[in-house]
Amino acid sequence: MTDYRTPISKVRGLGAAKSGVGHFIGQRLSAIALFLLLPVFLVAVALNSGSLDAIYALFSSPLGAILTLATLTAAIYHMRLGLQVVIEDYIHKPASKLTLLALNTLLCAALWIAALYSILRIAA
Amino acid sequence: MSTRASDTSLEGQRPLSPHLQIWRWHATMATSIFHRASGVGNYIGAIALTLFLIVLSGGPESYASIAFLFEGALGWVTRIVMFLLTLSYSYHWLNGLRHLVWDAGAGFDPKVANRVSWLVMIATPIPAIVIWVLALGVAQ
Ligand code: HEM
Repeated sequence: MTDYRTPISKVRGLGAAKSGVGHFIGQRLSAIALFLLLPVFLVAVALNSGSLDAIYALFSSPLGAILTLATLTAAIYHMRLGLQVVIEDYIHKPASKLTLLALNTLLCAALWIAALYSILRIAA
Repeated sequence: MSTRASDTSLEGQRPLSPHLQIWRWHATMATSIFHRASGVGNYIGAIALTLFLIVLSGGPESYASIAFLFEGALGWVTRIVMFLLTLSYSYHWLNGLRHLVWDAGAGFDPKVANRVSWLVMIATPIPAIVIWVLALGVAQ
C-alpha cells in the first residue's frame, strides 16, 4: 500500500496532531468494508430472526459465521478509531482523556475476543 | 470571556470555537452532528450484539435466561430500541458513504452539500424499514 507519511513525520513520530494518517486510513478502510458488510449482515439476521433455531442455523453456517465475524471485526476496529476522536475532541483533562482512551481500547479488545470466542463456539 | 487591559498574554483573547448554542441550525451542520451521534449509537449497538452472541454461545438454556427481553410487552420495547439502533446504522451508512465521496474530493459545493444533507436525512428510514419488513415478515 502507498505510504502517505512524509519522511520527517516518520522521524519525529509526531505531527501537528501527534499522529493521524494511519488513523485516517484505518477509519476509511474499515468504513468501506462496513459499507459492504453491514447491509448483508443485517439482511441475513433479519431473514433468520423468526426463531431461535433459525438464528443458531445462521451463526453456525460457515458463511453466516464468517459474515458475522467479518462484520464485527470491521465494526469494532472502526468504532475504536471513531470513539477515540470523539474522546480527544471533548475530554481535555489529560488524566481523564488517557483513562477514557485506554478504556475504549480495552473494551474494544475485550469485545472482539468475546465475539470471536462466541461465534467460533456457536459454529463449532 | 472577559479580558483585562493589563492582560498582555494571549490567554484571555484566544478565539472560542463556535459553540452550538449560537449557531442557527442548518442541514449540513445537522448531518455532521448526527454522524457523530449515530457513530456513538452504533458503538452501543455493537456492544449489545456482542453480548447477545456471548449469551447464544452458552446454548438454548443460556438464551432462555434473556428470552423475557423478546417476549410480551417488554418484547415491543426491545423491538423499538432495536429499530432506533437500526435507524442509527441506516443514517451512518448513508452519511458514511457521503464521507467517502468527500474523501474522493467531490460533493463540497454548498448547494449540492445542502441538498445531499436533506436527501440523507429524508432517506434514512428507508434501509431501516426494509430490514424490519424482512424481520417482521419471518416473525412467528
Ligand atoms: C458497526 C458499524 C459502525 C460503527 C460502530 C461506527 C462508529 C463510528 C464512530 C464512533 C465514528 C466517530 C464519529 C465522529 O468522529 O464524529 C465513526 C466515524 C466514521 N464512520 Fe462509522 N461506524 C459504523 C459504520 C460505518 C459505515 C458503514 C460507514 C461507511 C459507509 C462509516 C463511515 C464512517 C466515516 C467515514 C467516519 C469518519 C467521519 C469523520 O471523519 O468525521 N461508518 N463511525
